[in-house]
Amino acid sequence: MKNPGLNKLFRFYYDGFRNMPDWGRKVWIIIIIKLFIMFVILKIFFFQDFLNKNYLNDKQRSEHVIDQLINSSDKHD
Amino acid sequence: MIENVDLSLVDWSRAQFALTAMYHWLFVPLTLGLSFMLAIMETIYVRTGKEEWKRITRFWMTLFGINFAIGIATGIILEFEFGTNWSNYSWFVGDIFGTPLAVEGILAFFLEATFVAVMFFGWNKVSKKFHLVSTWLVAIGANLSALWILVANAWMQKPVGMIFNPDTARNEMVNFWAILFNQVAVDKFLHTISSGFLLASMFVLGISAWFLIRKREDLLAKRSILIAGVFGLLSSLMVAFTGDASARTVSKVQPVKFASMEALYEGKNNAGLIVFGVLKDSEKKIGKKIVKEFAFKIEIPGLLSVLTGGDKDAYIQGLADHLSGNEKLGIISVPEKMQSGKFARDVLTSYKRARLINDTARIEAIKGVFKDKDFHDKYFRYFGYASIDKPEDVIPDVTISFYSFHLMVVLGFLFILIFSAALYLLFRGTISDKKWFLWIALLSIPLPYIASELGWLLTEMGRQPWIIQDMMTVSQAVSQISTGSVITTFILFAVLFTGLLISEISIMVKQIKTVPKR
Repeated sequence: MKNPGLNKLFRFYYDGFRNMPDWGRKVWIIIIIKLFIMFVILKIFFFQDFLNKNYLNDKQRSEHVIDQLINSSDKHD
Repeated sequence: MIENVDLSLVDWSRAQFALTAMYHWLFVPLTLGLSFMLAIMETIYVRTGKEEWKRITRFWMTLFGINFAIGIATGIILEFEFGTNWSNYSWFVGDIFGTPLAVEGILAFFLEATFVAVMFFGWNKVSKKFHLVSTWLVAIGANLSALWILVANAWMQKPVGMIFNPDTARNEMVNFWAILFNQVAVDKFLHTISSGFLLASMFVLGISAWFLIRKREDLLAKRSILIAGVFGLLSSLMVAFTGDASARTVSKVQPVKFASMEALYEGKNNAGLIVFGVLKDSEKKIGKKIVKEFAFKIEIPGLLSVLTGGDKDAYIQGLADHLSGNEKLGIISVPEKMQSGKFARDVLTSYKRARLINDTARIEAIKGVFKDKDFHDKYFRYFGYASIDKPEDVIPDVTISFYSFHLMVVLGFLFILIFSAALYLLFRGTISDKKWFLWIALLSIPLPYIASELGWLLTEMGRQPWIIQDMMTVSQAVSQISTGSVITTFILFAVLFTGLLISEISIMVKQIKTVPKR
C-alpha cells in the first residue's frame, strides 16, 4: 500500500486479529455464526418485511394500514 | 376487513418480542456499566502509572469484550420483528421511530466499532492517552446509543412532537426536541443507564468476591471491589433517585399504569405506600373486571401521597377514577375516551372514502383537521380507544404490575446495602475474612439482571393494551401473518439466544478461572 496512513491502519487491524487471544477467536466464530443465522436464515426465510412483500407501493401500504386502523377491534373473553 | 384480531397471533407475537427484548437486555446493561468502570480503572492507571491497574483494566476489559461480542447485533432481531410482525405499528410510527434508531445506528457504528478496536488492539500500539480517550469514547458511545433507543421507547409511552398524516397513514415528526426531551425519555434514560452501572458494579463485586473466597488475586479483587463499591453505591443511589422521579412522571403520564403498580383501585387522599404486599383472588370488581385484593400488606400511611403529590393530603388517582372518570379532578372516563377515539376514526374513514371518490376538496379539508391541535388533543390522542371493546380492557394486569414494581424496589434497596457493606468491610480490612458476605456478593450477581428485567416488564406490561399510549393497541399493531411462523421463530430465537447465553457464560467463566498472569 502506497498510503502510509492506510498501511498503518491495515497493520493495526491485521496485527490485532493475528495476535488475538483464544477467547477473541472464539467470540469471533460466535459472531460470524450469529450473523449468518440472523441475516441469511432468519432475515431471508422468516423476516421479510410484511408491507414490502405484500404491497407494491407506499399508496397501497398506507391504504392497508388505514384499513387495519379503521376496522380492528380488540375482543377479549 | 378485520372484524376480530386473532388473539393467539397477538399473544405469540408479544411473547416473541418479549423473549428477544429480554434476552437482548441480558447483554446491554453490562456493556453500559462496565465500559465506564473500565474507563475509570484505566484513568487511574494512566494517572498513577501503576502496572497493576493496567492488569486490572485488561482483565475486566476481557470480560467486557466477551459480553460485547456475544450481545452485539442481538437488538437487530427486534428491528426484523418490527417489519414482519408489527408492520402496522412500524408504518404508523413513521420517522418518529426511524430517526432515533438511525442516529443510534450511526453512533453505535462510528463510536463503538471504531474505538472498541483501539481498546482491544491498541495496547502498546497507541499512546496511553489516546487509548484512554478511546475507552472513554466507547463508554460514552454505548450509553448514547441507549439514549436513542430509550427516546423511541419513551415516545410509545408518551407520544409527542408529531402530527398524523392521513395520506400516508404515518406520524410525522414536527418537533425533534419535544421527542428528545420528552420527560419520559429523560427519566427513562437516567434510570436505565444508572441501573446498568449498578449491574456492572455487582458483576465486578461478585467476581472479585469469588477471587477472595478462593484466596486468589487478592490485590486485583480488592482494588476492583473498591471501584465496584464506590461506583455501585453511587449508581444504586442514582437508581433510587431516578426511579422515584420516573414513578412521579408515570403518575402524571400513565396514571393507569401507576395505579396498577400500586394496586390502587379507588383513589384517595393520604394514600399509603405499600412496602410489602400479597395479592389474593377476590370478588372485587373494577367495572366488570375482577381484580385481586391484598391478603396481607405492610403500608406506610400517607407516604404515597407525599412522594407523588408532595403532600400527605394529595389525592392519588385509583383505577376506578380512570374507568368511570372524575369530573372534580378533570379525569375523562374510558367510555368518553372511546367516543373521542371513535370520532377520530370516523374522520379517518371519511378521509378514506373521499380518497376513493377523489373528492379533492374534502381530502384537503380533512387533512387540515388532522393538523389541528385541538382535534389532536381532544380526539386523535384517543384514537386507540376506538378499537377497545369494553372499558375495563384498558386495565393492565395488576398482579404483574404490582409484583414487578415492588420486587424491583426491594432489590434496589438491597443493592444499596450490599455496596455499603462492601465498602465498610473493605475499609476495615476485614472483607477477606467475611466469607458470608463474599458469598452474598457472588450470589447477588443475577439480582440486578432480575431487577432490570422486572423494570422492563413493568414498563411494557403496565401499559397494556397499548403499544402507543392511548393511540394504538397492541392488537391494531400486529401484522396478519400466520401464527405458526411466529411460533417457529419464537422457538428459533429461544434456541439461538440460549446458545449465545451459554457461550457467553462458559467463555467468561474460563477467562475468570485463568486470570492472565502478571
